[in-house]
Amino acid sequence: MTNERLKKLQKHALAARRTVISMATGGGCFVGASLSCTDLFISLYFSEANINPNNKKNPDRDYVLLSKGHAVPAWYAVLAEAGFFDRNLLKDYMKPGSHLYLHPNTHIPGIEFHAGSLGQTLAVAAGIAYDQKVSDNTGRVFVILGDGELNEGSIWETLLFIAAKKLNNLVIIIDRNELQANFTTEEVIPIEPIPDKFTAFGFSCLETDGHDFEKLEEAFALARGSEKPAVIIAKTVRGKGIPGIERRADKWFMQVTEHERDQLIRELEQQESR
Amino acid sequence: MNGISSSGNSNNRKADNMTYEELLASEANKNSNLYVLTAENRAAIRNLHTVMKDRFIDVGIAEQTMIGLAAGLAARGRRPVVHALSAFLTMRAFEFIRSTAGLPNLPVVLVGAIPGFLSEANGPTHQAIEDIALMRMIPGMQVFAPSSNDELLESMRLALAADTPSYIRFFAGDAPLEKPIYGSVPEGCWYSEGTDITLITTGFLLHETFKAKALLENTGKSVGILSLPQLSPAPAKAVLKALQSSKKIVAIEDHFETGGLSSIVREVFAENSSLIKIPQPVIHCISLKTKWFEPLLLPDVLEHEGFTGKKLAERILKNE
Repeated sequence: MTNERLKKLQKHALAARRTVISMATGGGCFVGASLSCTDLFISLYFSEANINPNNKKNPDRDYVLLSKGHAVPAWYAVLAEAGFFDRNLLKDYMKPGSHLYLHPNTHIPGIEFHAGSLGQTLAVAAGIAYDQKVSDNTGRVFVILGDGELNEGSIWETLLFIAAKKLNNLVIIIDRNELQANFTTEEVIPIEPIPDKFTAFGFSCLETDGHDFEKLEEAFALARGSEKPAVIIAKTVRGKGIPGIERRADKWFMQVTEHERDQLIRELEQQESR
Repeated sequence: MNGISSSGNSNNRKADNMTYEELLASEANKNSNLYVLTAENRAAIRNLHTVMKDRFIDVGIAEQTMIGLAAGLAARGRRPVVHALSAFLTMRAFEFIRSTAGLPNLPVVLVGAIPGFLSEANGPTHQAIEDIALMRMIPGMQVFAPSSNDELLESMRLALAADTPSYIRFFAGDAPLEKPIYGSVPEGCWYSEGTDITLITTGFLLHETFKAKALLENTGKSVGILSLPQLSPAPAKAVLKALQSSKKIVAIEDHFETGGLSSIVREVFAENSSLIKIPQPVIHCISLKTKWFEPLLLPDVLEHEGFTGKKLAERILKNE
């Protein structure tokens, strides 16, 4: 990756994080969960996925779906960065008729399927990927799952289907921040070893740093060439970018004053300038 | 039990008609958007995969995944028909139906096999006797309970033509010998009108309802029959007409009393009370009250639960 491209991705990521934090005022939002997957969205929309505001009706386009729907501020922020809509629209967050609430829906440009109930979107993604194959479309599907979401049984029944039908045009990205709601995943219902489980299910399993754009690009390139369906376990940090809230279970959801928001943004920018 | 087949094997061919499987094959030939999905319930669709190839998906025993897939296909502009056992389709996958297909109002057609009494001796786990209530709760969901292969095909055609989701109770038995004097699947089918009693039923119980009518007429009653192959949107006009024309209304259904046909009749009554002359009719609901039905072969279920024509007539006369 050229230095110039890397800088561009970092610039968009910083702007997206600022947007996420801005949404924590008023009714609040899932700040920690969103900052955890912001870089995944940046990497998809600015590097790997063939989807942009000009090709969103093209049958060969790629689909990006978010299954851990509560992280939608990251999606909103990156869609705005990618030009799907004006970032100023987000000022209407939680206002009547804005369709901007705590989980994604298709009223928002760029969002092709709603989410919210964990364990459901993977099957929807599989339906889309299956149809792309049957229809000889070249597009692929990227779906971001939470690590805690792997508790849902429906995920595992859908994995069986994806492997059975060899849907290697579907790429699962696990936002592995090691926290779910209030506790670490291993404290609640241990899910490790995740790679062994996916490998046993017939997936090509890749592990990478979910905040390193170059490494993400490498992982996506491997997924692209995989004969098996691919899963990328993206090691991430809840609250990434703001040291004061990083890795904190209690900063999953945040509701802040405008003053606190400004402090958080300062902290973000100081961290970034280092 | 002439005309009643619960097996789902769609051998009940009418001279001028086709089987359910033939209808799907024919629709698939006409419309390359059609998909059929099943959770390994192939009794009525054994050969479809040879015609539909990749557009026939057997997901194995995974109802939730099946519905999510169907929603993803529908979001791509495809027309998925989902064929599975009613109990597991509507209950195991309820939230998927509600949230992935119902919420965006996607045109997914759900066909539930062995609904109601048709699960025979399988036992309570397999008894879909709350399916109509569950599916009727989902905004925009059309609900059908055909009484014959003819009505099943008509329900399928209506569902496939709609832009909204549908649920169909699968029944591919023969139609009764009597033809409706008027009406249609969405509006309800009138087989006779009566001033003393109107029997309102849905699905295959129409056949027993005819027998009950004959016995009631032997006691000098004037008896009407209104069959409702479509339950949602509720055919309120037909139900209101029944409420306005008979002294007694009997709702007959193989479903829990809450949320199905009995509730529909009572809802129409409550919403239109001022339009119904005093003395207003008595509403008698013959449904499943507080327990699952005795698992037996279908004729024995009908006998044991009091749904044969003879038992129905007795219960109606005794108001039980």
